[in-house]
Amino acid sequence: MKAWKAASLLGALAIAGAVGAQSKSTADGIAEYRKMLEDGNPAELFEAKGENLWKTQRGPKNASLEQCDLGKGPGVVKGAWVELPRYFADTKRVQDLESRLLTCMETLQGLNAAEIAKTPFGRGEQANMEALAAYVSAASNGMRMNLPQAHRDEQVMYELGKRAFFFRGGPMDFSCASCHGESGKRVRLQDLPDLTKNPGDGIGFAAWPAYRVSSGELWSMQRRLNDCYRQQRFPYPGYASDVTVALGVYMGVNAKGAQSIAPAIKR
Amino acid sequence: MNHKITLTAAALVATLVVAGCAALQPMPSSQELDAQAAAMMKASFREQGIATMDRIEQDLGQKACSSDKAPSAKVAAQIEEAALASVKWPADGKYLGDWKEGEKLAQNGRGMTWTDKSTDPKGNGGSCYNCHQVGKAELSYGTIGPSLYNFGKLRGVADPADPKSAEVVKYTWAKLWNSKAYAACSNMPRFGHAGLLNEEQIRHLVALLLDPKSPVNQ
Repeated sequence: MKAWKAASLLGALAIAGAVGAQSKSTADGIAEYRKMLEDGNPAELFEAKGENLWKTQRGPKNASLEQCDLGKGPGVVKGAWVELPRYFADTKRVQDLESRLLTCMETLQGLNAAEIAKTPFGRGEQANMEALAAYVSAASNGMRMNLPQAHRDEQVMYELGKRAFFFRGGPMDFSCASCHGESGKRVRLQDLPDLTKNPGDGIGFAAWPAYRVSSGELWSMQRRLNDCYRQQRFPYPGYASDVTVALGVYMGVNAKGAQSIAPAIKR
Repeated sequence: MNHKITLTAAALVATLVVAGCAALQPMPSSQELDAQAAAMMKASFREQGIATMDRIEQDLGQKACSSDKAPSAKVAAQIEEAALASVKWPADGKYLGDWKEGEKLAQNGRGMTWTDKSTDPKGNGGSCYNCHQVGKAELSYGTIGPSLYNFGKLRGVADPADPKSAEVVKYTWAKLWNSKAYAACSNMPRFGHAGLLNEEQIRHLVALLLDPKSPVNQ
């Protein structure tokens, strides 16, 4: 029912936007729209599902994820999201939230991480991943992005992420920077955050995962990046692949100090 | 027993060295990072539908424009020269098509993603409004590129067939065919050169920009 309410509000907003022409910026409209939905973000349904999944014994090992170490010690969820991606000593890798959840699902629950990574978004275990991402990010809602950069591999991933961000390719010569390398730009009416720096509280990296009203889905950062690459006309980025983690480090470190509003609500 | 303690101590030191190694290891050089990034791109993507892996094999221009620093003036000139030389001019000397078809193409942002079925330009749009103001009636336009409103009028094109207009007509064609002819690191796609639009479609877009009857020039 909340999704329903959201959809009708979106319709009203679209009409208001068309009538009022551009007297009000899209950003203002969206901010107002978010305000209206503040007490009814459907992402809450995903959070509840995620919390339940976190605590439920599942998989061949019949274990919950309650001992999963997201970087702040086994079982600590609060504050984990605003410090990811980060280096993990047990896997000797820099991991983002989804990559780390895959590790926990495999080691603790005995689920097959490679199989989950191959599953299309929104289906099977991937639907569970989105709920888990909503749950974990919600526990850091209101906190400020604070990714660690002390470990050498975290610094290396930042540098690799920066190179990926500016990498031009595909039939349209696009890179991430084509749309997100300057402030004050937009595509059609959509404002584009400048991700080469901190774009502000609750903008860009600090606004995902998010519930998308237009599709009724909860999009994790992995899914957001995947759709960016689709629109960039690139080949398909692997789920939790190095390029996606490196971009997470680059954007997350740049966003240091930005307040996270995840799970946010988007058109 | 003393011997044993020494051994244990030695083992402990060795463990500490190994543990500390990752943190103490120096950062790779800029060139090493470039090589690691290139390997990462190859390993992280896979082909999906029409979006094949050759899409991340960069040409000279893409490579030179892949950092937060612009290429040297010499490299930029080289890219622009090659881009201009790549322009395929209309075989029949006809540069302008139908501006109404051009407007439809300007509105259409589809094509070339992994969810599209074919790379045939017939199914593609020009995505112009994504980044530019074009006609005044469309309020939903992007701002990555400059406004194109009054494009022909501002350049003094009263009659595109007039020889006095030839220079602007050719520039417009070449800019659409290969945008890098005039700016090495232009954000604009190379519509003709990259096979995003065919000759007929580019004619329609030239008409949208230069035809005095087009809403762009009202």
